[in-house]
Amino acid sequence: MELHTLTIHHLHQLLKNRQVTSREVTTAMLNRIEFSDPRINAFITVAADQALAAAAAADQRIASGDCQPLTGIPLALKDIFLTEGLRTTCASRMLADFIAPYDATAWARLKSQGAVLLGKLNQDEFAMGSSCENSAFGPTRNPWDIERTPGGSSGGSAAAIAAQQATATLGTDTGGSIRQPASHCGCVGLKPTYGRVSRYGVIAYASSLDQVGPVTRDVTDAALLLQVIAGHDPKDSTSVAMPVPDYVASLKNDVKGMKIGLPKEYFIAGLDPDVQRAMDDAIAHLKAQGAEFVEVSLPHTTYAVACYYLIATAEASSNLARYEGVRFGHRATGSQGLIEMMMQTRAEGFGAEVKRRIMLGTYALSSGYYDAYYLKAQKVRTLIQRDFTEAFKSVDILLTPVAPTPAFKIGEKAADPLQMYLSDIFTIPVNLAGICGISLPAQPSSNGLPIGLQLIGRPFGEETILRAAYSFEQTTDWHRTKAAL
Amino acid sequence: MSITQPEIEHVARLARLALSDTEKELFTGQMSAILRYVETLNELDTDGIIPTAHAVPVENSFRPDAVQPSIGTDQALRNAPDRVETFFRVPPVIE
Repeated sequence: MELHTLTIHHLHQLLKNRQVTSREVTTAMLNRIEFSDPRINAFITVAADQALAAAAAADQRIASGDCQPLTGIPLALKDIFLTEGLRTTCASRMLADFIAPYDATAWARLKSQGAVLLGKLNQDEFAMGSSCENSAFGPTRNPWDIERTPGGSSGGSAAAIAAQQATATLGTDTGGSIRQPASHCGCVGLKPTYGRVSRYGVIAYASSLDQVGPVTRDVTDAALLLQVIAGHDPKDSTSVAMPVPDYVASLKNDVKGMKIGLPKEYFIAGLDPDVQRAMDDAIAHLKAQGAEFVEVSLPHTTYAVACYYLIATAEASSNLARYEGVRFGHRATGSQGLIEMMMQTRAEGFGAEVKRRIMLGTYALSSGYYDAYYLKAQKVRTLIQRDFTEAFKSVDILLTPVAPTPAFKIGEKAADPLQMYLSDIFTIPVNLAGICGISLPAQPSSNGLPIGLQLIGRPFGEETILRAAYSFEQTTDWHRTKAAL
Repeated sequence: MSITQPEIEHVARLARLALSDTEKELFTGQMSAILRYVETLNELDTDGIIPTAHAVPVENSFRPDAVQPSIGTDQALRNAPDRVETFFRVPPVIE
C-alpha cells in the first residue's frame, strides 16, 4: 500500500485498527518529500526529527486506546503559521531566522489531537501573490507540470498534496490563496467564513480578509480538519462565538432540490474554453443528482479586484509596519541612526511585491488620498457584500469557476503585477463579503491540467457547500487522479 | 491619475522603505498603472453607502482582566537582532 497517497479518514482507520503505525506513515511521507521536493520545492523547512518523535508519541497514544481523527496523521503548514521552536519565515528574508515562541491556535488544536508536523510550506512572501513565485526561498513548481506555477499564495500547501508529500495541509486565504492553488493542483481547498477559524499566531497580511483553511485530497478530509480548527478563540477577538456544527455529519450525498445560482458575471465571453467545459460538466453532474440551477447576478463583480487591492494593501501597510529591525527579524547593519536603520532593514528584508503593496497601501491611506481610495473601496465593499446577500435570497449556494484559466507558466505574469492581480477575479469577492467558498477538482483541461470548481455559501454556511461538494465528488473521479512524478 | 517620482519618494519615506533608483522608476510606472485601474471604482455612485471595515458584525470583545501565563522576557527577546540585559538595543535615536 502506498501510504503517502491516502486520505486522513483512510489512514485513521488503518491507525485505529493497528494496521499501520504513525511512524511508518510519517517515514513514508518524509521519503516522499526527499524523493520529490528537489523538483517541486514545496517545503521551506522539513522537520524530520521532530516529526518522527511526534509520530512515536502518537503511536503510544494510540496503543493506550486514544485515537482521535488526527492522531498520528502527518500534516504540513504554510510557513505563515507560528510553530513553537520551529523556524517560521513567511517566505521572507525578513524572517529567515525567526524561531516562533508559541503555536498558532489552528495548529495547537491539531497538535493536541496528536497530529504530526512534517514541516513548513512555501508561499508567496507574506501571502502576497498568486503564483508562489514571490518567495525568498525560490518558486514552488506545480507537480502536474513543473514548468507551471502551483498558484498562490498557499502554493506549497497545494503542491505538497498533489506531490503526495503530506496527507493534508493548512493554508490561508485573503483573496483566493487557498482556493486558487487548490484549483491549479487538483486538490480540495476550503476558505471558511471570516471569523470561523482563529487567526491567532497567523502572520497578518490583511486582517479584515485573512482566514485559515484546509487543503486536502477530498471533501471528507476538509470537513475533518475544519471540525478541529473551527471555533471561538479568546486570543482572537475576531473569531466568532458561534457553535461549531458537526461538519462530518453534513457530508450527505444529497443535493435534491438544492438551488444553485450561476452568477452571470462569472460566465463571461472569453472564459478559457477548458474552464467553461469543466463548469458545464459539473452543472450536468449536479443537475442529474437533482439540483436546480438558476441564473443570478452579482453586478459589482467587475469592481472587486480594484476594491481588494486598495483594502488589502492598506491593511498590509499597517500590519507590516512591525518589521522594523528592533524586536525580531532582520536588521540592516552599518546604518546611522534609528530611522535609517529601519529604512535599510525593510529595503533588504522585503521582496519587490511586498514593497509594491506597502507603497500602494501607504499611498491609499495617506493624507489627501484616504477618502478617494481607501474609503471609496470600503463603500464598494458594501455593494459587493450586498450583491451576495441579494443572491442568497433566492439560492442556497453559488457555483463558479475558481480561476479564469488552468495553472499558468512560471514567469508568464511576473513582469505585470496587474495581470497577476486579475487572476484572482473569481475568488476575491468571497473574501470581501466575508463568506465561505470551497474549491474542488472538476474535469481537467484538454492537456491534463487540473481545473477547480468553486461552491460559495452563505456566512457560516460551510455545511451546505460541503454537502454539495461531497455529492459532486461521489459522481466523479477527478480527485483520485494523481500527478505523475 | 499618474504618480510622479517625487510622490513615490514621499510615500517611501512614510512607509520607511529605502528604495533604489531602479525601484523608484519601476514603482512609478507600475503604481500609475495600478492607480488608473483602481480608479474604475469612481464609475460607481457610493453616496450614502456605509463603508464596510469588517465583513462580520462583531461587538467589542471583552475578557476578564486576569493574569494569564505569557511567554516571558527571555522568549520575547530571543529573536531580537540586538539586546542588552532585558532590553532591545537600537541605534541612537537623538543626535
